[in-house]
Amino acid sequence: MGVKRLIQAGLIAGVAFSLAACGNKDGSTSASKEATEKNEEITTGSITAVGSTALQPLVEAAAEKYQENHAGSTINVQGGGSGTGLSQVATEAVEIGNSDVFAEEKEGVDAKALVDHRVAVVGITPVIHKDTGVTNLTKEQLIDIFTGKITNWKEVGGNNQEIVVVNRAAGSGTRASFEKWGLGGAKSIQSQEQDSSGAVRKIINETPGAISYLAFSYIDDQTKTLSIDQVKPTEANVATNDWKIWSYEHMYTKGEATGLTQSFLAYMMSAAVQDELVSKMGYLPITAMKVERDVDGTIK
Amino acid sequence: MQSSIEERLTKKSKKAKLETFGKSLSFICIAFIVLVVISILYFVASKGIATFTQNGVSIGSFLGGTDWNPSGKGADGQPLVGALPMITGSFLVTFLSAIVATPFAIGAAVFMTEISPKMGKKILQPVIELLVGIPSVVYGFIGLTVVVPAVRNVFGGSGFGILAGTFVLFVMILPTVTSMTIDALNTVPRHYREASLALGATRWQTVYKVVLRSAIPGILTAVVFGMARAFGEALAVQMVIGNAALMPGNLVSPASTLTSILTMGMGNTVMGSLQNNVLWSLALILLVMSLVFNIMTRLIGKKGAMK
Repeated sequence: MGVKRLIQAGLIAGVAFSLAACGNKDGSTSASKEATEKNEEITTGSITAVGSTALQPLVEAAAEKYQENHAGSTINVQGGGSGTGLSQVATEAVEIGNSDVFAEEKEGVDAKALVDHRVAVVGITPVIHKDTGVTNLTKEQLIDIFTGKITNWKEVGGNNQEIVVVNRAAGSGTRASFEKWGLGGAKSIQSQEQDSSGAVRKIINETPGAISYLAFSYIDDQTKTLSIDQVKPTEANVATNDWKIWSYEHMYTKGEATGLTQSFLAYMMSAAVQDELVSKMGYLPITAMKVERDVDGTIK
Repeated sequence: MQSSIEERLTKKSKKAKLETFGKSLSFICIAFIVLVVISILYFVASKGIATFTQNGVSIGSFLGGTDWNPSGKGADGQPLVGALPMITGSFLVTFLSAIVATPFAIGAAVFMTEISPKMGKKILQPVIELLVGIPSVVYGFIGLTVVVPAVRNVFGGSGFGILAGTFVLFVMILPTVTSMTIDALNTVPRHYREASLALGATRWQTVYKVVLRSAIPGILTAVVFGMARAFGEALAVQMVIGNAALMPGNLVSPASTLTSILTMGMGNTVMGSLQNNVLWSLALILLVMSLVFNIMTRLIGKKGAMK
């Protein structure tokens, strides 16, 4: 374990060193160095953040507040999906790429060139139609349902009702996180897919026997959630990692952030956003997490 | 004096200049449109072909394969990009909705042109035009809240599937087919009807044996236009079909169409990756099919032209 961490630290140092070396040549860092030397933030100009629709409402709300406080700054926030966000920031078409997944997990993205800023945590929970007669599943049962081995609710102690599996679109961040942390990496069966969480919630509430998964921010009074191994999907359980199905919300930049981007990302981490906005929008503040998890699932 | 006459005869007049100006202006406009069409064709084609040239997927396994999971690999190491389930789904909803819509469209058109043209013009025509203008997301929303539960209660299953898609598309293409059929019936010359009636035919015989017969090419064109719209419809179908990339086993199990898979995958894939390239290949199929529909209407128009 210790050796692994040493190697990791070495790698990070190496990447940081080479990035610094690259940056010095084109002289762009000297400008930002001057700015930091004067201890003055750059808060004017225009930047664009594109990507994850799950993170979009939070970034939009934060951008609105930031622009109120900093005249002359324009922060455009757009959706498009995690894949779009990562590929756009990697090609430097935009300043910030929002993503639900680690850049390393997305095929076709050069993760080494991107710098990760984790701004929030979102919990994901299985949701079911209200008339299934089930409130708790073991992890194995959950996996068996989503891989098609269990097809009727009576097999897990519920009513005699056929199970209807509803998925998010392949490649969606919520689905990727659910399969990774909820199904232990197993792939869900081919079944009906929806391209938005709102549509999933509507279908789950209306279709008898339906099961799917949603981010905590989409849960309302009508949606019925499931416990797994008697652990309830609550924010307190996510903070301690007792509830395993959660993911970071990432804001990626190409290289270290500079100028307005740097200032905005710092604002995202400030108490104004983390303590108020984040939980108001249904996410967990990154500061509330008692554990840290890397891309391979190692808990610190 | 002489020189001025010569000048007037040899030099371009103001009106001729204006004509050249007008000609070149309209030529520039048409050239621009052609350029846009060609570049779109080129862009989609070059992107769509990349699946086969860059990623080494064989065309046979793309068009004939039934496993769709672009981020996974099959037993032979080839990516699972069989598009047959979507192609089948697209054609099924298109043909089924056209089959259901055509009789209704012809019936409505006959009523509006032959039986009660006055009421047709005043009341039915505006209603049909209104139907054309309703955005497809509204149709989809109604489909999701009304059609899907209805199908679930009557036919069983989860309600999502080809059947729900057919019902929604039926309503969507009905106005297109109807108004084009009306146009076709209106172009049947008045003396055909008069001659038929003079020979002692009843109104029904005139409509059935003369008017509809001679309007067949026009009606077929209307149906093909409706099919083209059904084939390309994305949003409304996506909301009710269930979007499962599976071969449709029956009409009430979740299925998918080319357009529904395309809209679902767009934001979640990275430009230049295989997952993105196959989506462009699906787009290429859609483009080719709309071209086919276009050619079909031309052929019908040429072959069935009244002499």
